[in-house]
Amino acid sequence: MSERPRPIEVTDPVTITVDGRQVEVQRGELLIDACERNDAYIPRFCYHPRMEPVGMCRMCLVEVDTGRGPALQPSCMIPTAPDMVVETTSERVTKAQDGVLEFLLANHPLDCPVCDKGGECPLQDQTMAYGPGESRWVEEKRHYEKPIEISPLVLLDRERCILCDRCTRFASEVTDDPLIHFINRGSNTEVNTFPGDPFSSYFSGNTVQICPVGALTATPYRFRARPWDLERTESTCTVCSVGCRVTLESSRDRMLRINGVDADPVNWSWLCDAGRFAFEATNSEDRLTEPLRRGADGSLEPVRWSEALAAVADALGSADPSSVAVLGGSRSTDESAYAWAALAKGVVGTDHVDAQLGDGLPAAVFDLPGATIDEVCRPGGTVLYVGPDPKEELPVLFLRLKHAAQRDRVRIVEVTPTSTSLTPYSAAGVRPRPGELAAVAEALVAGDAPADGVAGVSADDLRAAAAVLGAADGPVTVVLGRANLAESPQVVLDAAAALSALPGVRFLPAVRRGNVRGAVTAGMAPGRLPGGGRLDGDAGWSGVWSTVPTEVGADAMGILAAAADGAISTLVLLGADPLRDAPDRALAERALDRVGTIVAIDSFPTPSVLRADVVLPAAMLGEVDGSTTNLEGRVSRVRPKVTPPGTARADWAVAVELARRLGATWSATSVEALRDELVAGSPRLAGTTWAELEAADDGVLVDLTGGGFDPGTPAPVPQVDSYSLRLVLSRELYDEGELLGRSESMAGLSRTPTVGISVGDAERLGVEDGTPLVVRGERGSSTLPARVSAGIPRGTAHLVHRLEGSDPITLLSADEVACDVRVELA
Amino acid sequence: MARFTPENEALARRIVARYPVPKSATIPLCHLAQEQDGHLATDAMEHVAELVGCTPAEVLGTASFYEMFKLHPVGRYCLNICTNISCRIVGAADLLARAEERLGVRAGGTTADGQVTLEDVECIAACTEAPALQVNYRYVERVDADLLDALIDDLRAGTGRAEEFPPHGTLGLVRQELGPDDLANVTPPEQQVEPVWFARNATAEEGAS
Repeated sequence: MSERPRPIEVTDPVTITVDGRQVEVQRGELLIDACERNDAYIPRFCYHPRMEPVGMCRMCLVEVDTGRGPALQPSCMIPTAPDMVVETTSERVTKAQDGVLEFLLANHPLDCPVCDKGGECPLQDQTMAYGPGESRWVEEKRHYEKPIEISPLVLLDRERCILCDRCTRFASEVTDDPLIHFINRGSNTEVNTFPGDPFSSYFSGNTVQICPVGALTATPYRFRARPWDLERTESTCTVCSVGCRVTLESSRDRMLRINGVDADPVNWSWLCDAGRFAFEATNSEDRLTEPLRRGADGSLEPVRWSEALAAVADALGSADPSSVAVLGGSRSTDESAYAWAALAKGVVGTDHVDAQLGDGLPAAVFDLPGATIDEVCRPGGTVLYVGPDPKEELPVLFLRLKHAAQRDRVRIVEVTPTSTSLTPYSAAGVRPRPGELAAVAEALVAGDAPADGVAGVSADDLRAAAAVLGAADGPVTVVLGRANLAESPQVVLDAAAALSALPGVRFLPAVRRGNVRGAVTAGMAPGRLPGGGRLDGDAGWSGVWSTVPTEVGADAMGILAAAADGAISTLVLLGADPLRDAPDRALAERALDRVGTIVAIDSFPTPSVLRADVVLPAAMLGEVDGSTTNLEGRVSRVRPKVTPPGTARADWAVAVELARRLGATWSATSVEALRDELVAGSPRLAGTTWAELEAADDGVLVDLTGGGFDPGTPAPVPQVDSYSLRLVLSRELYDEGELLGRSESMAGLSRTPTVGISVGDAERLGVEDGTPLVVRGERGSSTLPARVSAGIPRGTAHLVHRLEGSDPITLLSADEVACDVRVELA
Repeated sequence: MARFTPENEALARRIVARYPVPKSATIPLCHLAQEQDGHLATDAMEHVAELVGCTPAEVLGTASFYEMFKLHPVGRYCLNICTNISCRIVGAADLLARAEERLGVRAGGTTADGQVTLEDVECIAACTEAPALQVNYRYVERVDADLLDALIDDLRAGTGRAEEFPPHGTLGLVRQELGPDDLANVTPPEQQVEPVWFARNATAEEGAS
């Protein structure tokens, strides 16, 4: 099977005998792992190195002699002990394996020719390798209705199931979504859901990957290919910033499947369903496949690349450098981000460059001393979680944190505006009023609070949280993200500044988009140069580039404000959609209206792309070569598996071509050369050259020491208006975004939008779940059904960005620290 | 009827409080639901899940393991005829065939009037009194054809011997009630004192090694 044994460090060696050889193994590790590590692979079905053993399938029986004579024992349940004598291939073991396989096959249909698993099936492979070769079973096998849909993404053929308990264990142990269970008894036992209660887990696709037979299949892959026709390449997922290692699998130049790879520092072989199935969007009919240019009649017409590029080069070259701006790049590779940073800053000479859209965290968070996921999840450690619901935005990080809290004694203190998926695993939690996070952070650092509390948090809650932090064994690590789009990101920086006073504290920036960290490190942020250097400090880039901007440029909201004032003549949107995502819709509208030339490089016709004057089709995940940097600062390779549709190109290739057209003498014309140029000029990226990345399966960490963190001017504390509710605008995993909205299997999964209010506010308004409410802000209003939740503090209204039929981002304004809304009966 | 009635819900909460971990009350609450409705309905399982804090799938998984939890409506009387060895030797197979004919249903079926569900069961631990059967899990022993005929007539009419048997699902005629002082082991696990022999054994092991 594809699972690798969990890497361990032998600290307490014991000597055991495996098939006559003396080997040294770690005391207490499972025999099945110890043997595998010592070249004696033991066949198994139920055992998975990332889950607790159950000894369900009996396939791993071996003869173990601990001094009382040899006996058959399941090696997945036996911890190693000194002087064990293990036989894995003796006659008795072989006979036991024959018997177990004959039993397993008694009810397993021999439909391998039509089964998706055939060709990569552990049951098939191990029957060939260890099985009896013939069956004595002549009776009728079980028959079930096939397949049944246990979730919109996962199908179950019950007669193929060998009851190994892997999927059910995964659901209850790894994700805590025990929505599938063994039902009935004896030979009628089956895995199933409760009627009308599907296995709607964000991680359901993992059960398909770990199923040792063809019982669980995923709708996007079922009957699409045979395993021997698939071509595979190892890559990194860029749907969110966790950077899970994956295999991209394609057949006939079409992406068909993504599976998780066990990267010990990151994803432990798990993936979320968004990362696993979002590749469907790459096959979407909506993909942009050829360059478009706005014609004389005002509509976008297909043109040749040369004409489109000439138009863009003209728009970039003829404009005053300070009137050129580039937005986006956080979905590109490191090399594309670097190529665009070099084009904008080193060729055109503008510093108006921002990889994000004002909806993330400012680049300054990467100047804080960094922590890796492993450091955050260090057994016995203490974590301060400030950020969005991790299950919604960074699902695999949620699995790691949950595991750390449940099994590795990690104590989590949650500082979030509403309760999250992490709340049940947290040792303490406080819910600061939006806009006043910094005051709560200061109180937590001080360890005490005034009697009437701080920012809507009671003194008792604050003291309880501070006590957990105070009892920390070793330095506290902080997961720092932006929980609320309706709150200025400055608030998060102010909180980080306060938390920096904790001794030895390190931060894991919980940024959301796939490669924000890589883009910022490559220079896609105002005032910054590749490698983290500052514009005013000039880290030697003037020697590499033909020019370096002299003035610090504006960030995304500043660029949009300048554009709205008519100060931007050419705006490049690099996979950015300000019309949907900028937390000030009116400003984005005005900005796009006034810009002279809009150039969009994107894969899909987003609302902003449709406003562009020149549109260049971009290659996307699975089509581009390069590397990506995850939230920890781990650089790992992204590899292409299929060719982009039509004439779509990688972002970096467009930048290099434009630079050439603008007359730059720039020798880097390949991803490898761009990577090495970026690393050569950036001491903090040492060790991440192309060759070094190729050699490192789990990626390479950049220098995380940090330094020079400047939180900027603290945000003013907004006035509390007792007639209003403070808005919390968060995101959910399944939204109507570009990727998921265009993935066939996931398009319908986003939730119906609601307005979440506290139990107290619901009583005051006299409403219950489902009562229509009007949410009215200064910028607009919307009517949504109420969702009354005990996890929402009083005085807070909770909305979700980008769900079908609701557009709450229109309520926001760029110059407010927090957003107050009136919530009334419709 | 399906979810617990307010009275039964109050009782259910008292049952949950008997255990250190709410999930331990799953089976007692399934019994209570079956007592209320005669079978374990889908909504009842959802209600049990809410009360013990798990998913309905876990309740279904547990309940479906046990033959005596009926997931579909059954008759007022469940007639279980043992056909295991001891009873079979003395004519249980004939009794079952006779019951099927008299009731007009196969083993496993319920009569159209909803009075009787007939079941063919394995050993019910009454071999000394074979052939034996149960009506709603109350024994009827040394059964012969006449006794079976009379019993079936009574069950269908709901008179005579039928009055001895409480409706299906009833656990006991006297409900067990525990006062707050009688509750067993209500100390939450984290507050429980480790039994003394743990330490004693640990010392013994150290000494041995």
